[in-house]
Amino acid sequence: MLSYVFRRLLQAIPILLAVAALIFLLFSVIPGSFASSQMADGRTVMDAEAVTRMNQQFGLDQPVATRFVKYIGQLVTLDLGTSFRTRQPVWHLIAERLWPTLQLAFASMLFAIAIGVPLGFLAALRPGSWIDMVSMVAAVSGLSLPKFWLGLMLMYLFALTLGWLPSFGYGDGAMKNLILPSIALGVAPLALLARTTRASVLEIMNADFVRTARSKGMSERRVVQWHLARNALVIVLTTVGLQFGSVIGQAVVVEKLFAWPGLGSLLVDSVSLRDIPVVQGCILVIVLFFLLVNMLVDVLAAIIDPRIRYT
Amino acid sequence: MLKRLALTTALTLTMAFSAQAQEPRRGGTIRFTAPYAASFVSNDSHVSNQVQDEIYGYALHRTLYKWDSTNNKPVLELAKSVTASADGTVHTFKLRDDALFHNGRKMTADDIIWSFTRLMDPTKNYPGAAYVRRVKGAQEFQKGEAKEISGLKKIDDFTLEITLIEKADPGFLFRTALTSIFPAKEAQEPDFFNKPIGLGPYKFVEHVPGSRMVLERWEKFYQTGKPYADKVVISPMGEAAARDIAFRNKEIDVSILGPTQYVAYQADPNLKKGILEVAEVFTRNMGMNPNFKPFSDKRVRQAINHAIDSDLIIKRLVRDKAYRATGWLPLSSPAYDKDMKPYDFNPEKAKKLLTEAGYPDGFEFEWTATPNESWGVPIVEAVIPMLAKVGVKVKVKPVEGSALGGIVAKGDYQAYIWSNTSGPDPLTQMKCFYSQTPQSACNYTTYKNPAVDKLIDEAAATDDVAKRIDLLKKANGIVYEDAPVWFFNYNKAVMAYQPWLKGLQPNATELALQYFEDLWVDASSPAAK
Repeated sequence: MLSYVFRRLLQAIPILLAVAALIFLLFSVIPGSFASSQMADGRTVMDAEAVTRMNQQFGLDQPVATRFVKYIGQLVTLDLGTSFRTRQPVWHLIAERLWPTLQLAFASMLFAIAIGVPLGFLAALRPGSWIDMVSMVAAVSGLSLPKFWLGLMLMYLFALTLGWLPSFGYGDGAMKNLILPSIALGVAPLALLARTTRASVLEIMNADFVRTARSKGMSERRVVQWHLARNALVIVLTTVGLQFGSVIGQAVVVEKLFAWPGLGSLLVDSVSLRDIPVVQGCILVIVLFFLLVNMLVDVLAAIIDPRIRYT
Repeated sequence: MLKRLALTTALTLTMAFSAQAQEPRRGGTIRFTAPYAASFVSNDSHVSNQVQDEIYGYALHRTLYKWDSTNNKPVLELAKSVTASADGTVHTFKLRDDALFHNGRKMTADDIIWSFTRLMDPTKNYPGAAYVRRVKGAQEFQKGEAKEISGLKKIDDFTLEITLIEKADPGFLFRTALTSIFPAKEAQEPDFFNKPIGLGPYKFVEHVPGSRMVLERWEKFYQTGKPYADKVVISPMGEAAARDIAFRNKEIDVSILGPTQYVAYQADPNLKKGILEVAEVFTRNMGMNPNFKPFSDKRVRQAINHAIDSDLIIKRLVRDKAYRATGWLPLSSPAYDKDMKPYDFNPEKAKKLLTEAGYPDGFEFEWTATPNESWGVPIVEAVIPMLAKVGVKVKVKPVEGSALGGIVAKGDYQAYIWSNTSGPDPLTQMKCFYSQTPQSACNYTTYKNPAVDKLIDEAAATDDVAKRIDLLKKANGIVYEDAPVWFFNYNKAVMAYQPWLKGLQPNATELALQYFEDLWVDASSPAAK
């Protein structure tokens, strides 16, 4: 298992480098620069001399190939560079935004798992029943709801109408501030988990080993607990892993809406101001998390299901 | 137009009067919002040119001058008096001797010299350098040709002499948070910006990046009895819809309104009571590139102005959250000419002008625009059928906001739509139409007219304020006649405020920028304690 983990970590390196190269090239060709972004408000005038000085300061006057080699060289030494706009190391900016994003991602996944998995199970155990119908309609709706709209509706209901929760902000990272953004972010994975769980449970229910277990007189509770749940869990776990990686990326919209101080809002600000080192750093960290979580899921799947062997 | 201006002034005065009529209350928390898209960049006010950062800069720091919103002009802040030399280039400031940094140390001339020198650091490119470079020797220092800025001279601890490279009003140069005065010695400590100190009415408490900046009252602020509130919490909230809910939920004390919300707030009898409107110094316009053949002809540019029903667009799309432009200089400019009339909507006249210019069948041009709802693609889409009626076809070139400035400054466009600052200093703004001003330095349409040059030269040379204003009015009139741009509108900034918040200032340079020492909350605020 350890050698598998090590190999997966090694495999992550070329993926990260490929992503880094892709982002670098993308931001080299799209219009706009940090200097031009400074003029976006129509107040600031950046004459040609100031633009030249700024480009020299950030090394943007060098050819793309030279900049790319330098960037990859920095990356190899785990140096993500310096932010154009704050003049601070990118690592520093990411570090102060990482925990709020992880808080949000964990809370939204917890919400999704706590509701989505039991819902999918119930629907699968009573296929065609009203529970099945309602839960699947809810799941489809959950997948289709735009996060921005959903977030606003949650604010409207729980903050403005009922007055139960604050509509925005991080507070001190307290639970009351976390609830609404977590729900807004967690509804889509909840819906997907419910559907995936239902589908996998239905499939396993018709499997030979379940029929055998029942024919041997095993109680329904034990069948569900030992065969259905355990086997479905592998698929559910894989979905959770994929979704966990996704919610970190999708947090962009929710963080901006709720003024949540995470990586997502840092990424949006940095894209609009063409603060390329920060954009690159944020995306690399998000990709890294995605890879790590999926590796962890694979390891857990092997622990849960002894049939899975990684060599 | 005049009716609207009168209404705005009346609203402002009514608000100012009612605020003055009550005795300011001490205590409580002001819950302010930074309403634009991005988070605060950092705790260093020198590094960012964003309005967002200036908002907290007004609480934490102080500058040599401040903006007097009531009289619409810069006034001394960190100096008690200033005298200018006969040629208007040397300014001697008698500094305040009671301005204390938040560590209790008295500000001296050294702090101002150090702060301005820092802004010219050749390795940093601080945005405030755009102002300090007007000081003699600053550009040489930036190029590494001098070890210090020769135009900054300490006479004694509380007397500072600033020599400018040309005659100018230093009040327009050293008033924004970009030129904030930092404590010279302390600011060089490596961890200074983890907990910065300044000269402002509020001390830094904490900054949760992307979420809030918290500041508390500085008891030794030099304005006796001020500030009033115990604390200021500023939250960056770029999403207008989220800000709306937070405002209605009484979680924040102010919100800047967009066109849609402006209509909704006006329709609500309660919310309507707390609206502050100001004609900001921004002119929305479509710049036309004279290197694109049709636009080199004044008649074509005038035809464009006649072909567009600007009033209709302002009413329907901008929801009356703008004032019709009647020149480059806006309503709040001292050189605004109230006698100027807007181009009338007259497609027949436009057609006639196009025919005279040799375009009886019209022509096609590419229009570069951002997605901005008030001066971007939605406006362009409304204009397209109007121009089509006179035979002018438009191809839209959508670009991101962060790319527009670079495209325009390079002249890489046929036409663009933008909102450009057109104040507060009318002389600086009219220099954007001075033939020797490079395209990259705000003469975006490479405008040239010897008559305008002459008027600007005379305005810059005279000491007579009334004469200068008159000369600039004339220059503005010629520019309007030459129509280098489609004069669309002047921004009407709208701020919604809670009934318990008092002391707001109608700041025409940017309404979101408020001097927090003048704000206070009455006992009805949810954060009154």
